[in-house]
Amino acid sequence: MRVLAAMSGGVDSAVAAARAADAGHEVTGIHLALSRNPQSYRSGARGCCTIEDANDARRAADVIGIPFYVWDLSESFHAAVVEDFVSEYAQGRTPNPCLRCNEKIKFAAVLDKAVALGFDAVATGHYAQLRTGVDGLVELHRAVDPAKDQSYVLGVLTQDQLARSLFPLGGSTKEAVRAEAQHRGLAVAAKPDSHDICFISDGDTAGWLRDRIGAASGDIVDSSGEVLGRHDGTFGYTIGQRRGLRLDRPAADGRPRYVLDIEPVSQVVTVGARDELDVDSVSGVSPRWCGPAPTAELACTVQLRAHGEEYPALVKVVTGAGQSDVVEIDLAQPATGIAPGQAAVLYTGSRVVGSATIARAHRRTPA
Amino acid sequence: MNAPSSAVAYLDHAATTPIYPEVIDAMTRQLARLGNASSLHGSGRAARRVVEESRETLAAVLNARPSEVVFTSGGTESNNLAVKGFFWARHRADTRRTRILSTAIEHHAVLDPLHWLATEGGAEVELLPVDAEARLNLDALRSAVERDPASVALITVMHANNEVGTLQPIEQVAAIAASHAIPVHTDSVQPMGQVPVDFAATGVDAMTVSGHKIGGPFGVGALLLRRDAELVSLLHGGGQERDVRSGTIDAPGIAGFAVAAELAVKGQPERAATLAALREELIAGVLEAVPDARLNGPTDDRRLPGNAHFSFPGCEGDSLLMLLDAQGVECSTGSACSAGVPQPSHVLLAMGRDDAAARGSLRFSLGHTSTPVDVERAVREIGPAVQRAWLAGNTTSGRSGP
Repeated sequence: MRVLAAMSGGVDSAVAAARAADAGHEVTGIHLALSRNPQSYRSGARGCCTIEDANDARRAADVIGIPFYVWDLSESFHAAVVEDFVSEYAQGRTPNPCLRCNEKIKFAAVLDKAVALGFDAVATGHYAQLRTGVDGLVELHRAVDPAKDQSYVLGVLTQDQLARSLFPLGGSTKEAVRAEAQHRGLAVAAKPDSHDICFISDGDTAGWLRDRIGAASGDIVDSSGEVLGRHDGTFGYTIGQRRGLRLDRPAADGRPRYVLDIEPVSQVVTVGARDELDVDSVSGVSPRWCGPAPTAELACTVQLRAHGEEYPALVKVVTGAGQSDVVEIDLAQPATGIAPGQAAVLYTGSRVVGSATIARAHRRTPA
Repeated sequence: MNAPSSAVAYLDHAATTPIYPEVIDAMTRQLARLGNASSLHGSGRAARRVVEESRETLAAVLNARPSEVVFTSGGTESNNLAVKGFFWARHRADTRRTRILSTAIEHHAVLDPLHWLATEGGAEVELLPVDAEARLNLDALRSAVERDPASVALITVMHANNEVGTLQPIEQVAAIAASHAIPVHTDSVQPMGQVPVDFAATGVDAMTVSGHKIGGPFGVGALLLRRDAELVSLLHGGGQERDVRSGTIDAPGIAGFAVAAELAVKGQPERAATLAALREELIAGVLEAVPDARLNGPTDDRRLPGNAHFSFPGCEGDSLLMLLDAQGVECSTGSACSAGVPQPSHVLLAMGRDDAAARGSLRFSLGHTSTPVDVERAVREIGPAVQRAWLAGNTTSGRSGP
């Protein structure tokens, strides 16, 4: 196959490209320039948007022996990921930009361009596995390394996208990948992992959002409506958050308090005890199915945030307002800290069924 | 010289052109010799002799005096030295001289020093407009000068554009400046070896030339500088080159540069005819294969003979470059930033083309090793590449939908 390897300048995508080449594919390396002004973003080696990263990717491509180019995706990235990120926070939700980037950029804009240019597939350094089922469908499964598994952020990919994807690292542990990079002579072998949001250069997400949304102060209240403190912007809060509430006085019962709800119009942040965070059902919108959409009630598990735990659930797809599909997820046991804007990714065993964006979490009525 | 048939059709001679074997011989000989050209003993004198003979050769082929040749590390240093050096010297002599007149289509090695002088050095930079073929509007230059001649520190206008190949009316520029005693610099990196380049006849005060663009080595160039020109130095140190430029003299590089200059200039008339004929074949072939392609730049002889530059509507230049590269055809999209991202061409924008055209363009540049086989290969590959690139630029599978 003719394979386009997306190379961030990190160790994972470098080894993924090398493995695709070893497998006999005709591989071309591409570094995606996602920042409109590369130097204004990261200055260190943690992100994926710097000249240094582009050079690291280029050097890896040299060592692997594949052609290498830089593609400018900054405009689409800004429109589909950065603006979406700001707009979601402005509406009191907690988006996952990596998921959005996979859905709109890496496996959409890049894949479309690659296919038009004559490539058969896009390879990335994501830790996830692809298997072809007996029905001929390509199945997305969790990686063997549970600590590195990235199937959650790939849960937005459709069959069409999966059929043109390669994830050469899904069967390996991170340690094995680093060792292999070392063995292959890739200089990025010891490069630290990127963790933060790549387009926020100093890691200060709240400050970055404040510059774009503007400080808008509001009350921090408890479930009864009593005002406990003030905040200078709801974007600094995520449901389930405990640290950094800076409340004037402790709770009456002395227990720690958590963010329960964020109301973007009135700018009210509601806090309460941990057990008030419990939800027992979730409604998801904008579902994306890796294969056919479930037609009957589906018994599966659901992961409600990146690196979060799995909950057994019963899921059915109903028609919501405006004829759009809504995914109703009934959890077999309560989950905590469920933030609208995050993805609910559905699994049967290790296999990803699909995903939906959490619109509402339904809290159990306090006893 | 005829290159052996190679694996690729190299059509990027404006970026760099193959080194002449004679240059490699001359450099190899010199590399094996001991001696710093500034040393006073026998080894030093031997190195100095090579440098001075090279200086005489370069001066002779460009119609300059040997004392007018200042060797540098290449085109970028020569341009920086001329632009900054003239501005600093002229501004120091008379602080009213704050204006620098140039064009909107200069190479970044001139544009960026100009920008730096404007932001850090107190200069007022006026980038004069060009016409649809990228040729400087002389009336605009004349009126810019006459508005307040005493305030003009320097005029710098490139001799031939590196993207679309347009030759500039550099003699007229020098004539306009001469009546007000304003110094003129020109960047002649591109035309040398392609059209006659005559330092004395152009009337300019300073001229940039570069080794690797004419079949010489990388890392060596020169600024031809009139004896009476006053310039502030960029590099301070031993003052090895006329007290204008410091740094140990690169005798092997200079020896190679001189050999290349002699070969490039001696063969220029015949080469120009050959390249122009090949270039016309290339243009005809590309326009036949891709009927909606558009040739950018002049269609007459006010263009470098080896240059052909096209816009391909609906295509991105970087897609075309990648596809042609995969088929062994090497060309250029213009400029890229330091991360390697292709940038919309400021030259095409200055010519009045829109952003899409400025992104969807390719430069093919021929040189001394180009053959009809190279041109045939480019013509054969361009049609399919454009078809694919057009699809890539216009595809919406729905994958990126809501």
